[in-house]
Amino acid sequence: MNKTISVQYFAILREQRGLSGETIPTAAATAAALYEELRVRHGFTLPAERVRAAINEEFVAAEAPLREGDRIVFIPPVAGG
Amino acid sequence: MFRISSTALDPAVLHAAQRNVQAGACVTFEGWVRDRNEGQPVRSLEYEAYEPLARAEGERILAEARERFALVGAECIHRVGHLQLGELAVWVGVTAEHRAAAFDACRYIIDEAKARLPIWKKEYYASGATAWINCATRGEHAAPARPPG
Repeated sequence: MNKTISVQYFAILREQRGLSGETIPTAAATAAALYEELRVRHGFTLPAERVRAAINEEFVAAEAPLREGDRIVFIPPVAGG
Repeated sequence: MFRISSTALDPAVLHAAQRNVQAGACVTFEGWVRDRNEGQPVRSLEYEAYEPLARAEGERILAEARERFALVGAECIHRVGHLQLGELAVWVGVTAEHRAAAFDACRYIIDEAKARLPIWKKEYYASGATAWINCATRGEHAAPARPPG
């Protein structure tokens, strides 16, 4: 069953998507499954193993389940400092 | 306190705010925008942050530093936006009764900040090319918190 998920994009993912965020229906069950769906759809160059996920502003495991209305951010390799 | 700033940082102001008569030592770290990276001339940098999570993770890092080291104060501020060469990109200030804790905590905070904060850096090269650092051929994803100890 489809859920409605809000996705925010930063840095290289924002540029490759051409958007800073969108709300989308998805059948993906986990954060990793949603990343894979979006990577294929939008041609993201980062493989899943180099991206972390945060749901509702907390870091989560790749296999974290997605729930209706979740806000998810995929986090490319960081480079602060 | 951990902060993200979209305006220029003044180290004199930040330093003055660390003053505390309980502290016998103050160690600060300034990260500056450098004119080259891996042999390529750099013209400017852009930092982007996922601010709510960066603030939460930054506060966790400062709390960890306070648990591990005997500190009086600890502060870290990271810039976002487009920065020119020589600009201050990140500032860490730590005070403690004694110097060893201040040095160690300052090093801990900047190392963890670089590894864990959801902040990204885009370099603008003299050639006109640009690159998101760590997003092409190398680099690990944001590191998890260090285990206690």
